[in-house]
Amino acid sequence: MTQIIIRFFVGGIVVSLFAIVGDILRPKSFAGLFGAAPSIALATLALTVASDGRLYAATEGRSMMAGAIAFLVYASVVSRYLMRAKCPALRITVAAIPVWFCVAFGIWECWLK
Amino acid sequence: MQVKIDTSVLAETKWSDYAIRFLFGGMITAAAGIVAKKCGPGVGGLFLAFPAIFPASATLIEKNAIDKKRQAGLDGTKRGRKEAGADAAGAAIGTLGLFVFAVIIWRFVTDYRVWAVLLFATAVWLVVAVGTWGIRNVRRIF
Repeated sequence: MTQIIIRFFVGGIVVSLFAIVGDILRPKSFAGLFGAAPSIALATLALTVASDGRLYAATEGRSMMAGAIAFLVYASVVSRYLMRAKCPALRITVAAIPVWFCVAFGIWECWLK
Repeated sequence: MQVKIDTSVLAETKWSDYAIRFLFGGMITAAAGIVAKKCGPGVGGLFLAFPAIFPASATLIEKNAIDKKRQAGLDGTKRGRKEAGADAAGAAIGTLGLFVFAVIIWRFVTDYRVWAVLLFATAVWLVVAVGTWGIRNVRRIF
């Protein structure tokens, strides 16, 4: 339980810091790079190595590759629909979340499992 | 296209917006740990690249752009969505760096000190992400 609480606070701080960096940068296409920063990984991998070992962290890193490809597909879909400006950002970004799940778990199931 | 820093956005952003992103960031980080414990590191690792605060950030970008246009007496809805779309396009480019970050963790974390691997992977993420963005701007290959 203590480790989950630590993960929550460290994750919240690291993710927020990267988000603030993205907020202050212009143009927005450059700031967007920080929307795909490895913030969750940076917040947790050191803790993971300390509690579960290096091999466990390496396995997480291997799966993270599939997550990154899923993020690429997700962000591309979101960008394309937002550029058409037909729906609010919140609706598109939330509605496209299943795309991330399908691609990430699809790659994991086909190649990494 | 020149990169600029505009700190005025920080004053315009409400504390509730920061709190939402802190909450989502913390929740998904904790959830990634719980999923890894329940389903193993193979599934848990997927969530290290989950777009945790993406909806909150895109909504904030859209809202700020609309507010600015409305102060000038314009609608701003289209502009807001296009700015959020540009941010998403940047994130898509950034995922290339995220992928390389993951490869470095996978290949090197078993053999080297964890802080050194994280530092190296973060530096490479930044170089790949910024480099790809720069190439895109120069050659418009995407």
